[in-house]
Amino acid sequence: MENNIALELRNITKRFGTKVVANKNVSLTLYKNEILSLLGENGSGKTTLMNMISGIYFPDEGEILIDGKPAVIASPKDAYNYKIGMIHQHFKLVDTFTAAENIILGNNEPYNLKVVNSRVKDIASKYGFDIDPKKKIHEMSVSEKQTVEIIKVLYRGADILILDEPTAVLTPQEIDKLFTILRRMRDDGKAIIIITHKLNEVLAISDRVSVLRKGEYIGTVNTSETSEKALTEMMVGKKVDLKIERAIVEKKKPLLEIRDLTVNSDVGNVAIKNVNFYIRGGEILGVAGISGCGQKELCEAIAGLRPISSGAIMHEGESIVGMPTREIIKRGISMSFIPEDRLGMGLAPSFSTTDNMMLKTYGDGRTPFVDRKSARERAKQLIKKLGIVTPSTETPVRRLSGGNVQKILVGREIESSPNVIITAYPVRGLDINSSYQIYDILNEQKQKGVGILFVGEDLDVMLALCDKIMVICHGEVMGVVHTDKTTKEEIGLMMTGSLDKSEIKEFGKAKDSHLTDEQWNDADKGMGDNNAN
Amino acid sequence: MFTSILVNAIRMGTIFLFGCIGEIFTEKAGHLNLGIPGIMCIGATGGAFAISIFGTNVNSALLVFLSILFSMLFSGAAGMLYSFLTVSLQANQNVTGLTLTTFGVGFMKFFSKRIYDQKLFVSLSPAFQNLFGLKDSTNPLVQIFLSHGILVYIAIIIAIISSLFLNKSRSGLYLRSIGESPATADAVGINVSLYKYVYITLGSAIAGLGGLYYIMDRSSGTQIAEAAIDSFGWMAVALVIASMWKPLLAAVGSIIFGGLSILDAMLKTMSLSEQKIFAIFPYLLTVIVLVLSSVVKSKNTQPPAHLGLPYFREDR
Amino acid sequence: MQTKIARREPLFHISKNDAMPFGKALAIRICAILAALLVVGILSMILIKENPLLIYMSMFEGAFIDVWTLFQNTALLLIFGLAVIPAFQMKFWNLGANGQVLAGCLAAIACMKFLPEKYPEISNTVLILIMAIASILASCIWSVVPAIFKAYFNTNETLFTLMMNYIALALVDYCVFTWDKTGSGNLGIVNLLNGRKGWIPDISNKYILSIIVAVVLTAFMFIYMKYTKHGFEVSLVGESVNTAKYVGIDVKKVIIRTLLLGGLICGILGFLYAGSVSHTINKEVGGLGFTAILVAWLANFDSLVMLLTSFFVVFLDAGSKYVSTQFQLNSNDYANIVVGIIFFFVIGCEFFIRFKIQFNNKKTSNNERVGE
Repeated sequence: MENNIALELRNITKRFGTKVVANKNVSLTLYKNEILSLLGENGSGKTTLMNMISGIYFPDEGEILIDGKPAVIASPKDAYNYKIGMIHQHFKLVDTFTAAENIILGNNEPYNLKVVNSRVKDIASKYGFDIDPKKKIHEMSVSEKQTVEIIKVLYRGADILILDEPTAVLTPQEIDKLFTILRRMRDDGKAIIIITHKLNEVLAISDRVSVLRKGEYIGTVNTSETSEKALTEMMVGKKVDLKIERAIVEKKKPLLEIRDLTVNSDVGNVAIKNVNFYIRGGEILGVAGISGCGQKELCEAIAGLRPISSGAIMHEGESIVGMPTREIIKRGISMSFIPEDRLGMGLAPSFSTTDNMMLKTYGDGRTPFVDRKSARERAKQLIKKLGIVTPSTETPVRRLSGGNVQKILVGREIESSPNVIITAYPVRGLDINSSYQIYDILNEQKQKGVGILFVGEDLDVMLALCDKIMVICHGEVMGVVHTDKTTKEEIGLMMTGSLDKSEIKEFGKAKDSHLTDEQWNDADKGMGDNNAN
Repeated sequence: MFTSILVNAIRMGTIFLFGCIGEIFTEKAGHLNLGIPGIMCIGATGGAFAISIFGTNVNSALLVFLSILFSMLFSGAAGMLYSFLTVSLQANQNVTGLTLTTFGVGFMKFFSKRIYDQKLFVSLSPAFQNLFGLKDSTNPLVQIFLSHGILVYIAIIIAIISSLFLNKSRSGLYLRSIGESPATADAVGINVSLYKYVYITLGSAIAGLGGLYYIMDRSSGTQIAEAAIDSFGWMAVALVIASMWKPLLAAVGSIIFGGLSILDAMLKTMSLSEQKIFAIFPYLLTVIVLVLSSVVKSKNTQPPAHLGLPYFREDR
Repeated sequence: MQTKIARREPLFHISKNDAMPFGKALAIRICAILAALLVVGILSMILIKENPLLIYMSMFEGAFIDVWTLFQNTALLLIFGLAVIPAFQMKFWNLGANGQVLAGCLAAIACMKFLPEKYPEISNTVLILIMAIASILASCIWSVVPAIFKAYFNTNETLFTLMMNYIALALVDYCVFTWDKTGSGNLGIVNLLNGRKGWIPDISNKYILSIIVAVVLTAFMFIYMKYTKHGFEVSLVGESVNTAKYVGIDVKKVIIRTLLLGGLICGILGFLYAGSVSHTINKEVGGLGFTAILVAWLANFDSLVMLLTSFFVVFLDAGSKYVSTQFQLNSNDYANIVVGIIFFFVIGCEFFIRFKIQFNNKKTSNNERVGE
């Protein structure tokens, strides 16, 4: 068996800075002729690990063996030389080039498109790809682009393929097709690592499954000897009790009601599909799901930043679809989304804390001038209240640490006394104390009667903080569960698409809705007009 | 009449063609070099240096070769300076380019006054003007195709080679990928900075020949310091857009641009002011092409996607 | 087949540096200027064969011989710069100030030339008013067209505004040839022999008006960018279009409005050229536009700092012109070379302010361990 090993990782550790350990002592073996699934929650270190194999990062400790020999992979080029190819989630292709031109880019072979085209066709027919090498990338669908990426890697002779969430952007039919191709590649002797969150896919495609949790290697099991339940347990771990006081607040009428909402993503595929839910005042509704399952699109749609394809969004009984963003802010709907780079939306990095405080309120008052004085006061209060570490209120926020930046964003949103708070990943990257501060703030708001939509990552936190949790998987609601009556495992199963409660029961329509059923029907019909502006 | 207009349009357009091809290389590498007008001036000065140094000491063929060499060396050095500032030091491309233009114009006027000897230059200009010795032929076809100086043919050959290079060669493909998406090029192991240096410098060297061509061929050695080479440079930048970054279209476009800029002198029946209106058309045409291609959103006529933006690997 | 791969760590690592203290940044810039002056000194020494110190002294002397012109030129350059900074702050590369000023000046000159011919009884005040309005309108058209296409179709504004300059230049050429019956291509001083109609009356001398306008506009622009809601929106759009949309700003509107403001200032400048500075139109009128871009960039788009940078450039220009006449070089060209060299150094030194260079010495030991 020994010479059957394609790739071996021994005690790999990778740190970012001094605090964050992305991977800790991870060991992994990949055989030829197999498909290995890498499973783990967000932030479990899967992508970091794969980036070390493909030469984007370099491990701090440990070693990588390829064909039994130690290998040094310092750049993507080295990885290619070791016949390792990675297909990233975000495609790296030149839009104006044809598939063939993209495939040979950087390959340093004689430039003869005829030869390339026929070789591409050979590869395509060998594994069953559908590709037109002469088609330009900008004319292609997402799945075609993915095909180009995979062929690009095969063309360079890769024997080890790593696919980072390849199914996230595909339709079910396209997924089936991809899996057929992957199996053919496996039978041809390739070693394949596939990162995916959907347990049914893991069970369908892989020979073995390795699980990571919070940067640590948990174990590897043969797919034939495991079940969805066992895998979920490995992935999420045992429930940890957190000391978050969940305030009990009297139920109020629904503030925000959403019906049959469908929203497209940037690349044009459906990101949110027929979603129904509502938020009451004095309630925290959690949204659990693997990241990139439509959370961003949902938040943006409610905030008026993204046009919706169909459905209705009602705030206190009035449709806010097609309303200018500013009107939506004025109605008291606050949205804060902490993207992975933390600064992408909601803050202006080179603006001072003061100026960031008044991003949404600078237009108040009748004078043509901004009221920086009161903003500075508010900034000072916020800095004091949340213990934000900054040299002064006038320091550009990009010079502050991530935690402090986030406190400014969340603090500002709450300071505007909204009645609906939509907050996505508010504690992303924060230390424990800062996180608890944010939970406390949210609880405080809840007691004031604010309705909160909390898009989160950490299930333990969500179980402790939220009243209900809506679980989504690839843009579809798998169900809404009361946090008192559910388990982490159940949510884990729903997140990965193995358990769909919505098939049994209809969720997300409040009995005490602001609108009657007929009005809802009218709202749905009138949607087209609203969306036009 | 028509023949003479066409012949003159080709000759005038050659200045634009050199500048335009040079700028196409630069822009395909993702850099908007607004220093091209200055670089053309520097190229003219380089050529003038060669002529005043070697003058009558060498035979005419060698003189032509040396002045081309000097011209390209000078303008290539200016391109290197631009590359160093914008590629290695990540300086703002517009600001650097405009400075280079200011500098280049001053450089030409300052030095040309020191080295320019009108009698010498005029006496040597025939070496540049009549490659096949058929300049005085009366046959219109010979006039159109065979009556020009060597640099006209060099310009056309460069345009053809550039087109083949960009569309049919591996390096051309790599170069285009850098202008479109340097991060992609970087990820597949292409040396982005090296490519930028090489092609910005090469492009500048080509553009510089436009300056040499103007002083020795088009104006028969009669002027340097008064020459409006920088304004021809801006026309060349316009031609890049109008030709949609395609060298062969640029060759055709250069004749149209050339025609529009000499029509005033050719159409003696028109009043002076009516002649002047023709000068607007090249720029108007350019704006129309620019606007139409952005409104239609046709991918094939767009500027390189990363044009004018700095590339810093860690920004991805 | 196993390819042998050498592990090469680059010698140094470059990363962005956000937190350069003001003093240090200033020191770097001053060093760059000193280095540039050294190069200019050496160059001057070779060309003029004189002690560079002497040259610099004469430069200083020469710049201040005609103080009024020095200040007026500073004022004009400053107004040019003020016209482009709001757009630049928004990351809209408006290279078209030349054309915008030319268009405005042309419109004002047209009024100045033809209105008194047609309506001889027109009062000077009314004429001046009409000139101002016409100039501003023309400039605004020149600046708003690229803005609209940028806002709605994302048309490349750098190339568009650049082309608008040459359309304006050609138009000026055409008009001058049409209006000037002598065919000299030179309009001459308009209304010099016609009661100076449309001339803005001098305030004690002909330079002060431009200087006052420049000061007022600088103060206005400083307040506009720093303290008004509009200025806040402009900065925010330049900083992040996504964030601007997130807080509900209509980005298209801001782009168009900001370019209209630029057009307004160019219009005022064109009007000044027509009514006070030159009383004629020629290619020189818009000639400072590109220099203004450099000046604005050098001042980091801050209108108060631009007072200094535009003075610095005008001073250099005047000084080196004086030097070149004094030492029998030829005028403008030497100045262009000097300004060019100093700019190259200043542009280059920004790198050392924006980026941090770290040398990788200690990392090697780490890598050796990997191979064990």
